[in-house]
Amino acid sequence: MTMTRRSVMVMGAGALVAFGLPMRASAAAEDAIAEFTGGADMGSEGLTLTAPEIAENGNTVPIEVDAPGAEAILVLAMGNPTPGVAEFKFGPLAGSHSASTRIRLAGTQDVVAIAKMKDGSFVKASSNVKVTIGGCGG
Amino acid sequence: MADNVKPRVKAPRKASAGETVTIKTLISHPMESGQRKDADGNTIPRSIINRFTCEFNGETVVDVTMEPAISTNPYFEFEAVIPDAGDMVFTWYDDDGSVYEETKSIALG
Amino acid sequence: MKKTALITALLGAGAITAGMAWAEPVEDTLIINEETELTTWTDAPAAVEGALPEVISGWHFRGTETRAMQADDFDNPGMIFVEQAMDAWDTVEGEAGKSCASCHGDAGDSMKGVRAVYPKWNEDAGEVRTLEMQVNACRTENMEAEPLKYTGTEMTSMLALISSVSRGMPVNVATDGPVAETWEAGKELYYTRTGQLELSCANCHEDNYGRMIRADHLSQGQINGFPVYRLKNTKLNGVHARFKGCVRDTRAETYKPGSPEFVALELYVASRGNGLSVEGPSVRN
Repeated sequence: MTMTRRSVMVMGAGALVAFGLPMRASAAAEDAIAEFTGGADMGSEGLTLTAPEIAENGNTVPIEVDAPGAEAILVLAMGNPTPGVAEFKFGPLAGSHSASTRIRLAGTQDVVAIAKMKDGSFVKASSNVKVTIGGCGG
Repeated sequence: MADNVKPRVKAPRKASAGETVTIKTLISHPMESGQRKDADGNTIPRSIINRFTCEFNGETVVDVTMEPAISTNPYFEFEAVIPDAGDMVFTWYDDDGSVYEETKSIALG
Repeated sequence: MKKTALITALLGAGAITAGMAWAEPVEDTLIINEETELTTWTDAPAAVEGALPEVISGWHFRGTETRAMQADDFDNPGMIFVEQAMDAWDTVEGEAGKSCASCHGDAGDSMKGVRAVYPKWNEDAGEVRTLEMQVNACRTENMEAEPLKYTGTEMTSMLALISSVSRGMPVNVATDGPVAETWEAGKELYYTRTGQLELSCANCHEDNYGRMIRADHLSQGQINGFPVYRLKNTKLNGVHARFKGCVRDTRAETYKPGSPEFVALELYVASRGNGLSVEGPSVRN
């Protein structure tokens, strides 16, 4: 297929419409964070959240969290009707303080992970995931 | 109990003492979110697996609280330290009270 | 390809901000479980001579994470249903007191290569049979059991099991001899515009594959990967269910799964992928 200037513009415009506006964080998400951290300040080093920049389908989005030395990691989807996704608690036999799973995202939004470290401090990481809307109902 | 719930676990049969191994788990489950409506417009009630745990010889590897945003057929990948030979027990807890369990024996070698 | 891939990469860098993530099929190699390399991009078979320069599996039109999910049997959610079908394979059902295994033994041996040649002519019945039709013929005639729903989970799971043991083998459906008439009928349907949108299969999957339809990346509509685990509906989908979805999207009254029209279309579309590896159960969006 040859890529003309026009086809690129058309595709770009279509994609903008498809992605729409990012969904806003809800009060419920803020409450969930407050409950997990007790309102403590959150650092930004030591937690890696891996999520695709663009998800082909919001029904199954692979993510990974990794925070060496964490006791627990909370994952929230800030734009979902209910923001909770999962809380990973690591036991004495955890080989690393990391985990992967597949999650549902109702639309383009920020996925947030917060790690509770062994010293009681908290670390936050955030990743914006664009969720595409397919052309065919299939 | 949801129909046809089937756990799958990928764990090594053998490990050396103190080795860190990768574990993968998948269980067939609809994870009905409670957000969907049926053809008549009625909300389909939430029915999910709400907790997953992995223990080795009684000690916790991971304990996961699961919300409706976990996808259908929940998948987890994580790492475990194997201090000794023993049994790794995987447990999934369903909203409806059902508990699904799978055990994998890991030998030293 | 190399040159277009480079252009795509350059365009991609600027286009991300506009939201365009990919357009060309992705150059990548599908290796299942780090051992079985599949043919997913190959020379055009006779059925598409002059129509397509090469045939490309739908796998190349999907995103990085989706492609990776199919490369490992544990990560592939379709394999759950293969395991469920393995249980069904050994389960006695029907008046004759038989299971699939009673006659066919181990599916891994007896079913190897079967998916690759269906739909095919059945001499005794004097008809072209899809694999679903053959499964149900086995159930009703040999097991004396109830037939499975054509697009139901039990059927697609059984097809996933039968397909899985042929992965890596080239699709090789016959198009001549007793099936020639059905194949021609399928070809006719493929190029016939349907619905209020007046779209034929070819309008999307032959004329425009590689382009975006809204945010979907149009593939060639190859069916070598069926049954398909779709992230969209998180279940296995059979060929006729997908045909139905496609035809419905042209805003037409659709044919029914298992209908002579869809059987003919399946035979024709399968032959457009002759030479591609059997991939089912594949993972798509």
